[in-house]
Parts: sequence; structure tokens; C-alpha cells
Amino acid sequence: MTDSTKPEQRSEGTGTAGALRGVPEEAPGPENPTPESPSDKSVVRLGDRIFRSVATGSGIFVIATIAAIGIFLLIRAIPSLQANEVSFLFSREWQTGDPSNLRFGILDLAWITVASSLVALILAMPIACGIALFLTQYAPRVLARPFAYLVDLLAAVPSVVYGLWGALVLAPVISPFAVWLNNNLGWIPIFADGNVPAGSGANVFTAGIVLAVMILPIITGVTREVFARTPTAHIEGALALGATKWEVVRTTVWPFGRNGFIGGSMLGLGRALGETVALTIILSYTYTPPNYSIFDAGATFASRIALGSAEFNNNLSVGAYIAAGLVLFIVTFAVNALARWIESSSGKGKE
Amino acid sequence: MAKRLDIKDLNLHYGKFHAVEDVTLQVQARSVTSFIGPSGCGKSTVLRALNRMHEVIAGARVDGKVLLDGEDIYAPSVDPVQVRRTIGMVFQRANPFPTMSIRDNVVAGLKLTGEKNKKKLDEITERSLRSANLWEEVKDRLHKPGGSLSGGQQQRLCIARATAVQPDVLLMDEPCSALDPISTLAIEDLIAELKKDYTIVIVTHNMQQAARVSDQTAFFNLRAVGEPGQLVEIEETGKLFSNPNQKATEDYISGRFG
Ligand SMILES: Nc1ncnc2c1ncn2[C@@H]1O[C@H](COP(=O)(O)OP(=O)(O)OP(=O)(O)O)[C@@H](O)[C@H]1O
Ligand SMILES: [Mg+2]
Repeated sequence: MTDSTKPEQRSEGTGTAGALRGVPEEAPGPENPTPESPSDKSVVRLGDRIFRSVATGSGIFVIATIAAIGIFLLIRAIPSLQANEVSFLFSREWQTGDPSNLRFGILDLAWITVASSLVALILAMPIACGIALFLTQYAPRVLARPFAYLVDLLAAVPSVVYGLWGALVLAPVISPFAVWLNNNLGWIPIFADGNVPAGSGANVFTAGIVLAVMILPIITGVTREVFARTPTAHIEGALALGATKWEVVRTTVWPFGRNGFIGGSMLGLGRALGETVALTIILSYTYTPPNYSIFDAGATFASRIALGSAEFNNNLSVGAYIAAGLVLFIVTFAVNALARWIESSSGKGKE
Repeated sequence: MAKRLDIKDLNLHYGKFHAVEDVTLQVQARSVTSFIGPSGCGKSTVLRALNRMHEVIAGARVDGKVLLDGEDIYAPSVDPVQVRRTIGMVFQRANPFPTMSIRDNVVAGLKLTGEKNKKKLDEITERSLRSANLWEEVKDRLHKPGGSLSGGQQQRLCIARATAVQPDVLLMDEPCSALDPISTLAIEDLIAELKKDYTIVIVTHNMQQAARVSDQTAFFNLRAVGEPGQLVEIEETGKLFSNPNQKATEDYISGRFG
């Protein structure tokens, strides 16, 4: 359906642009009998110019803000990084109380952050894809609307509520399952003993499940949108060949929407990486370094910074936290950019 | 294996809108039947009802019978998926699967039936593309995506895709409406060729085309805007164009041929 309308729109677009471009050439032309027409045209051009400068201005403003944040973080982080006694990237220590002996590294923060986000992603991706398929392809319309609304509502729950729910409700419920996994699959490194007992619930496993619920509406929303945009002509083409519902999904909906789904998942990942309050509540604090298992506890980049606010009394200590924040900033920025890029290339050249 | 179609008292609705009223007609095996009539009179709607594509639209309803060699395709025990595998369809707008390769497009229907033998699929690809007059143009790029072809080539690819499964009946909804005269002629030749093996029903706005390709022609009309479309008459093509039974048919034809 879309394939034949697109070129038309495009040609219309260039047509208008051409006409506008033609205006200034005509305006100073030999004689203009009516005095209104040149002023009319200049009004159009003025409006055009205002619109363009507003649009450009907002674009520059956004980029400038992001750059300013990055530069601020960098300037504040550099002195502390220079004063650091250990490797910033590979050390597992975090001693920032004494400004004359700063020892901080992000290895363990990175592990807890990445592990909980990946657990969330692995759980949320198939569920989100399933919900999106159900809503767009299978559910009767009367059911699809309220169901979609319910899923969107998950995004409206404050993260502190998710944190409390995870720590007080979910953790006790899943702890037998965590113990079972640890006992039976403990020979696989990620299910081995962590730095806290598997049954405690205050670990990456619980955090990942809560994060999965939190990012579910983001991934579902994006995926639902792209699945619903599958051209009817393609769906009918498959149906007319004798495809079942599921085969229609496989041959048309999925190839069309796959990139959107991956992009949506990346957006969800960006959200999970930066989540702070919920994880600060769920993950128990421990001085034992993690064991690279999903039953580890500890701090993520974001929760480490939140927990450290008591130490924000001298510039060098603060700089250590800012350095961690900078890393998080760069990673989430990259993940989000990647997400947008994948998403926007979804369905391109496929119609 | 070509089969005959008997359509009896077909009434088609889109929600509350009664789109087509009381259509009764027969289509012989190994013949070409064309549907003509003004825009909006329900030609596509009737065509889509013949392979159970009408009911795919939300709220659409079908009453009446469509018999394929005597068996009602709307009987409760009949699986619509099975019906669509034996009654193929080519749409007005070419709709190949854009990301699938040309070869995979052609054999998409066969793959749905579980055919995996690579050699057989290759043979069928070549045979179907040859019969759709497309083989010479694409034989060196069978693995390029179907979306990379021109509009006319895409339409012929869709015809190859529909014939690859060797359906009993082939339905075509204005297959040439987006094509240049040369591709149109190629498709008309193809229809004449396919007639040997298939029962064909084609919707067209081009009356010369109907006159050229079809054995019998059905004229549909609207009494008034908002009223359901009706079958005015169905006749042997030569007779319908030279000496129609109904005044409405004559007006329509002469208006065009005028
Ligand atoms: N999906 C739909 N939902 C609701 N009404 C529809 C739908 N498709 C077609 N109709 C209506 O049914 C009637 C018949 O439409 P149909 O597409 O069968 O006409 P047609 O004879 O094929 O016209 P054309 O020659 O323009 O293709 C029209 O009044 C149309 O508005
Ligand atoms: Mg039509």
C-alpha cells in the first residue's frame, strides 16, 4: 500500500520546495503590478525563516546541552582520575572517603549494572515481543485496547514503588527458585554462589526481574507500533498463498518489524542501565566483591552514586563519582543512539 | 488441476454496509471470466469472496455459496487456509515479499506446504518464472530481494508466486492496472497460456482487455450510490460486447467504446 504513495509524497515535497525556491527569483522580477504580492511573499519567507531558525536553534540547544553535560562531567572527573591510586577501569576497589588516598575502579559496578540489565533484557524481550504480536495480530480489538493500556500503565508506576515491591514482595517469592537454580545449575558460573546467599533475594537476579517489568512497556510500545505498521498488502499476499496466522507473522510481520523490536529493546536497555532508585532499594550493600554470578549483590553505577551522596563533601571524592557517572552517561548515550538508528532503519527499503 | 466454480446467491457485507447483492454465476474449468463494471460496484469484493479473503477484513460477512467442483468452500468443516492454497490470487498492486529473495518469493507458497527438496524448488522456480515471462530478466539475480524489481516485474513475480503452487483457480484483480502496454501484453499472453491449466477470473477496467482475454464476461453495476452492487449480466464475451441483453450493459460499454 505504502509503496506507491511514498514516491508521490516525495515528488509533491520537492515540487513545493522548488516553488518556494522559485519565489525569490521572481520577486525582484521586472514589474510587480500589485503592491501586496511582494509583501505577501516576503511574509511567507519570513515565516519560513523564523520556523527554520527556531527548528535549528532547538536542535543546536539540545546538542549543546548534551555536550555541556559531557564537558562538565569530564572537567570534574579529570582531577580525581589523576589522583586515583588504582586503575579506574579495572580496579574492583571503591575507597573515596580519603581524598589523599583515592582508590576507585568501576569493574564491579560495571558487572552489576550490565548483569542486571542483561537479565532484564533476556526476560523482557520475548515477553514484549509476544505481547506486541498478540495485541497487533491475534487479540480482538475490544481486548487489544484495554490490554495495551494496561501495559503502558506499567511505565507510570514510580521506580521507588518497583524497588519496594521487588525487595518486599518479589524477593521472598522467588528465593526458593533462586536457591534451586543455585543448587542444580551452580556449575554454570553465572548461577554459582554470589557474594550473598542465593536465598537472600537482594541480588542481581531479583533486580533483573524487576527491571524487566520496568522496561516491558517501553519495548512493547515500540514493537507494537512497528508490527502494526506492516503493510496490509504484504499480509494479504501471505494469506492469499495459504499462510496460517503464524506463517503470516513469520513471513511478513516479523521481517518488517524486527529492527523496530531490536531498537525498542535497546531503548529498554538504556533505561535499565540508568535505573537508580529501584536497584538501590533491592540490592543489598556488601563489601565482599562480586563473584560474577547473578546471585551477586553490590552497586550499579547509578546506585553507587546515589549511595555515595554522603561523601559529596570534597571535590576529589565527588570527582570519583562523577567519573563513574560519565561512564554511565557515555554508555547509555551510545545505547540510545544505536537504538534510534536501528529503529529508524526498520522497514526501510522493504516496502 | 483446473476446477469449475459455482457461485450461488452471494451477498457480501462490510459491517453494516451491504456491498454486493445476490450474485449467481458459473465459471467453467479452463476458461477465463472477466468482471467489468464501474468503480465501487463490488468486483474486487466478489473476487475476494472466491478464496475466502473477504472475511479477513474486520467485520466483513459472507452469505451464500461458492462451490468448487461441487464442494462449498464456505462449509463449516472447510479450512480457509486450505481454500487459499487451491485458489490463488494476484492483487491489483504487486505485493512480493520485499525482503525475500526472488527465488524465495516464487516458492513461498510451496514452502508453506512443507516442500523442502532444494532441487524441486529450483525446478519450480524456473518453470514458474518462465511461464510468467520473467525468467530471462531475473535468472542472474535470483537471490536479490523481490523489492528490487520494477513494478511490472514485481507483478509478474506475483503471478509466478501464485502459479508455483499450481492452484485449481487463479483470481486476478486488475493485474495490469499499473503496467505499461508491453508488460500488459506479456501478461495477457500469459493468461492465454495459463488458461490451458487453470480456471481464471480476472477483474479489469480495460474492456479491450476483457474482450481479448476472456471467454465470458460479467458486468456488475450499482443502481445508485450507497446501494449494493449487482451482477447485471454474464454472457459469452463476444456476445456481451456486440449484443448485450441489458440496457445498462450497453450504456456502459458504448460509453467506453463510444
Ligand atoms: N475494506 C472495506 N471496508 C469497507 N467497505 C469497503 C471495503 N472495501 C470495499 N468497500 C466498499 O465496498 C464497495 C465495493 O468495493 P470494491 O472494492 O469491491 O469495488 P470495485 O468494483 O473493485 O471497484 P474498483 O473498480 O474501483 O476497484 C465500495 O462501496 C467500497 O467502498
Ligand atoms: Mg477493485
